[in-house]
Amino acid sequence: MSNLESDRDLYAGPLNDLEDHAPGDEPPEEESGHWVRNANLGLGFSIVLTASAFLLAGSHVIYAPAIPVALIVLAIAQMGVHLVFFLHVTTGPDNTNNVLALAFGILVVFLVVGGSIWIMAHLKQNMMPAAQLMQMQQ
Amino acid sequence: MSDIGLPASVEALRRVREDPHRLGHHAHGAREPVTGAGHGATGPAQKRIIVGYGFWIFLLSDIVVFSCFFAAFAVQRGETAGGPSMAEIVDVRRVVFETAALLLSSYTCMLSFASTNARSRLWTEVFLLVTGLLGLVFVLLEVQEFVELAGRGITPQRSGMLTAFFGLVGLHGLHVTAGGLWLATMMAQVLIKGFRREIVHRLICFNLFWHALDIVWIGIFTIVYLMGSIA
Repeated sequence: MSNLESDRDLYAGPLNDLEDHAPGDEPPEEESGHWVRNANLGLGFSIVLTASAFLLAGSHVIYAPAIPVALIVLAIAQMGVHLVFFLHVTTGPDNTNNVLALAFGILVVFLVVGGSIWIMAHLKQNMMPAAQLMQMQQ
Repeated sequence: MSDIGLPASVEALRRVREDPHRLGHHAHGAREPVTGAGHGATGPAQKRIIVGYGFWIFLLSDIVVFSCFFAAFAVQRGETAGGPSMAEIVDVRRVVFETAALLLSSYTCMLSFASTNARSRLWTEVFLLVTGLLGLVFVLLEVQEFVELAGRGITPQRSGMLTAFFGLVGLHGLHVTAGGLWLATMMAQVLIKGFRREIVHRLICFNLFWHALDIVWIGIFTIVYLMGSIA
């Protein structure tokens, strides 16, 4: 490697703590500042989103049939805020596996919830009204 | 360390220096995997990444369990069998307090983890304690709600909707209770064993668990309580 000759100071100076570790070993944590900053941001966004959800549910500010959709959008936004600021799901290389697992989890959740609602709605539509069913059983 | 590194390690050092925060954006330099992330031939991932990943898989499967209960509630929400509907049993004021308690506990949990990273035993314990107390407030509010409903004769046996309601909300309450017990043992471990590596790993997992519970609660207060109160 010729870098050693070309830039001795940059590549061969004393190691800092982040560099001085073996594979499988851990570098010491960074300072806690950015965790606190993330927590504050996350709390701020969450309060805004939650408060608007609760205010919206009890108000007549927007078109009433649109309220459930608005609530769901707010909930998904808040889950995103939690994932980013509290659970620290990032685009970094140490997180690719986490993101893929999350994507698969979301797929399963949508299949279970969406599939159940879909199937049961059709089943209900095709079923005989309860009164009629009782009459047949007699 | 000596002032001259081994040639083989120079490449690794260069990568770390050019991307000290491991963002992996490679603004300059080689487009190779970053050390410590467990990609390619750069060696195994750090243990904390593997531990976090394993626990993340568990949490996702737990969320899938919750999604089954959500699906049951979504299907049954209209099946009141002549009993009370959701709008009649929701007390939005209590839900506001429950949500505030759980959200703030998520925040203090995060602060406890920041204190862990700063290796401050005192503040880790303080914030864990606050987290636990807020969780306790949440559980007590929920118990109060269930007792009050039972006093009005509203029990899981009454209708399909109520079975799904008590199942979903009760399962979440059970998780928060279990999380509170875990939190208490973590406080004891930090107190006695300090910030050993495996203790820090457990704290990471506990944090993930607590935040995941808050995510599930977002779904519950939106779909069960708020949408129930306007229906």
